[in-house]
Amino acid sequence: MRKKIALTVNGKAESFEVDVRESLLEVLRNTLGYTGVKKGCGVGECGACSVLIDGVPIDSCIYLAVWADGKTILTIEGVAQDGELSPVQQAFVDEGAVQCGFCTPGLVLTTTALAESGREYTKDELKRELSGHFCRCTGYQNIVKAAEKAIETCRHDGSCGNHHPADHYHDPEKQEGST
Amino acid sequence: MYDIQNYQEALTLSEATETLTRNPRMRIIAGGTDLLIKLHGGQIEAAELLSIRNIEALSHIEKRPDGVISIGPLATFTQMTQDPVIKAHVPILAEAAVSMGGPQIRNIATIGGNVCNGATSADSASSLFALEAELVLISSRGSRVLPISEFYLGPGKVDLRAGEILTEIRILPRHYVGFGGHYIKFAMRKAMDIATLGVAVLCKLEAGNILAEVKIGLGVAGPTPLRCFEAEAYAVGKAVSTDVLNEVGRLAIRSAKARTSWRASKEYREHLIQELVPRALREAIVQAGGGEIA
Repeated sequence: MRKKIALTVNGKAESFEVDVRESLLEVLRNTLGYTGVKKGCGVGECGACSVLIDGVPIDSCIYLAVWADGKTILTIEGVAQDGELSPVQQAFVDEGAVQCGFCTPGLVLTTTALAESGREYTKDELKRELSGHFCRCTGYQNIVKAAEKAIETCRHDGSCGNHHPADHYHDPEKQEGST
Repeated sequence: MYDIQNYQEALTLSEATETLTRNPRMRIIAGGTDLLIKLHGGQIEAAELLSIRNIEALSHIEKRPDGVISIGPLATFTQMTQDPVIKAHVPILAEAAVSMGGPQIRNIATIGGNVCNGATSADSASSLFALEAELVLISSRGSRVLPISEFYLGPGKVDLRAGEILTEIRILPRHYVGFGGHYIKFAMRKAMDIATLGVAVLCKLEAGNILAEVKIGLGVAGPTPLRCFEAEAYAVGKAVSTDVLNEVGRLAIRSAKARTSWRASKEYREHLIQELVPRALREAIVQAGGGEIA
């Protein structure tokens, strides 16, 4: 059973048929060639397959390709612009937050979403937001440092692009009167 | 590739109920974070899926003029952690929602799916039990409203009849107005883990330190989420004290039907109940406007 979908991946409009049985991970890697999207656990635990869908981090292994119809997707291949690393990528390099690199695409994408939110994060909040990514090499310290640095850089100079719907990461201060 | 034999997308509720009536073998899929994993693991084969994820009318969270909080089954866990209505009136549900999975899962997993999968470990369940949530179920034959406690029938088993769809989760004002609450998820890891025990406690005070009402919902303390009625009844009318709290914890074990699994033994789970129910109640009392207990 096949279905036609139209979506934008890394700024490029695409339109093609997918098998309804395919995951977005499979389509991104096998049909479109974005092999920066990694297959790890296949059950939505490790976060290696994370991509941004309309600016929101999603595990592409447990997301059916047909659901991507009409969506805007960012993979790691779309993060650097004109050969220049993004502030998030640069922070990962500077802080030595990369070892084997398998978890890196997902972590860079989630950090990009956080950086673009323009919000501040406490260390605990940051750890919570990154908790859907498993890294078996680094011990996480340098990843958290890189994420802190990238978010700080983006807050100061607004140097991150805009891939997110503005309301996804709510400011915790804004809430209805308490009971 | 997933073992999917048939896939259809419903755009309206009536389209969904009609499709289900015509083909009762179809399974409803929304976030897919449980169903696709069962397909991956081979627990479900040759699936016929009916997606309801594009039915916009099912993803709301709102407080109605009559005070009823209405949650659409497609509301995601991220929505629940951030929604101003949930945070202001039933923060215990936001606490439970943020404890589930990791961010990418919370961004897509739905509250309706969490309830309809019937897991005793469902992170939303103990809070929804304490809040005495009502479920609205609709089929092409009509609709019915069911207390959540009657919906859970056994492990992975819920009272969802052929052709029925969960369309709304309701929390009535008499079950949340004036209550303070607290949720504790006990798990081996701080993130991406399934609860060893989930404890949701709500309480209401009168005259500053008398327990007027206490509601205790437990997850993973039995084959389904459950309430601790004996402990709740004991607490009513008592002045807050360490002794009363400890007795509530001791009595809570009587309602539990804990069992040994690879995650924890029956004895350990009962120990957790005795320890964590008073801890959650202690915080719920503070949230309800009472004082801290030394």
